[in-house]
Amino acid sequence: MHELSLCEGVLQVLEENARKQGYQRVKTVWLEIGALSGVEVEAMRFGFDVVTKGTLAEGARLEVLELPGEAWCMQCSITVAAKQRFDACPECGSYQLQVTAGEEMKIKELEVE
Amino acid sequence: MCTVCGCGEGETLIEGHQHSHEHEHGHGHHHDHDHHHHGEHTHDYGQGPAHAHAPGLSQARMVQIEEDILGKNNQYAAANRRWFEARGILTLNLVSSPGSGKTTLLTRSIDDLKAELALSVIEGDQQTANDAERIRETGVKALQINTGKGCHLDAHMVGHALETLQPKEGGVLFIENVGNLVCPAAFDLGEAHKVAILSVTEGEDKPIKYPDMFHAADLMLLNKIDLLPYLQFDVDKCIEYARRVNPGIKVLLLSATSGEGMKAWYQWIRATQQLALIGH
Repeated sequence: MHELSLCEGVLQVLEENARKQGYQRVKTVWLEIGALSGVEVEAMRFGFDVVTKGTLAEGARLEVLELPGEAWCMQCSITVAAKQRFDACPECGSYQLQVTAGEEMKIKELEVE
Repeated sequence: MCTVCGCGEGETLIEGHQHSHEHEHGHGHHHDHDHHHHGEHTHDYGQGPAHAHAPGLSQARMVQIEEDILGKNNQYAAANRRWFEARGILTLNLVSSPGSGKTTLLTRSIDDLKAELALSVIEGDQQTANDAERIRETGVKALQINTGKGCHLDAHMVGHALETLQPKEGGVLFIENVGNLVCPAAFDLGEAHKVAILSVTEGEDKPIKYPDMFHAADLMLLNKIDLLPYLQFDVDKCIEYARRVNPGIKVLLLSATSGEGMKAWYQWIRATQQLALIGH
């Protein structure tokens, strides 16, 4: 969707932390992206290379940990897997699902020097 | 209000907002690598990759971050929300695809409500100030934000727009987002509610084609219902799809051209505004 803006957000965090944590270069970035976050991982990779050009993260490796979606089915009172937002409960077919995981968009860890 | 201004959006233009922050991006890189000091831990050569063992070279290390990518935007959004709450302003973020009749709906709503409510508008478009002009013709305050290449408004742009627009206390602020059913879903602007507008000239399956947006919205306005006799649009199916992605979404059917159903929308605005006014 708006992966380029997201990459700018990532870069902002990297630059802010460079001051706080005292590093000059970022070598690897680990992101956690949930299956229901609406983020296209390939677009994110492309955007990341573009946005980081000429910055402290130029040429850095982007590692994306994709997290599966989960939802709470209000009918069955159990946690079920959710691939998409409009999926029905695989057990009972109800759409009364509350997403409990898979919306993550997080910067998890960095390798820096 | 933007105290820690990170203004990075080079292409964004906000009417009446002179952007005078010059960005110093020169991180003075003077590396005198005679001795290195690494904060607290000085000589921990053991943990780095093998090739970094030479003294004088900085070592690779791991840093735990655990930060939300949209964290910055969410901070700005929270600041906007506090600003609205302190002033009893109801803010509605109107989202839709291009051509859903958003601006027509808005101008009609303004004409019908401006006598009883203090209204103001922030218009988001990639280019042109046409929509803000259309709104200003109704006599209410409007401010255009052009996002340039950007596909959505973010909370930071809105924060700056508020400085210039100065919406009235106890009033209603409409933010007409960029016509796009994808990106604006993720960007909280500090609004009380996202209102998704879908017209019956579009597909009835839009709610499941663009689930994130209909999931994020609290109200769906199904517009242009005066055209239903000429179209094959299944209203019930559309509402069912919307409820699949968002069981709690409220749906109103209306036509901004014929005026049918507009009363219910105004009732919703009045009722929601009363909530924003609690404590004021």
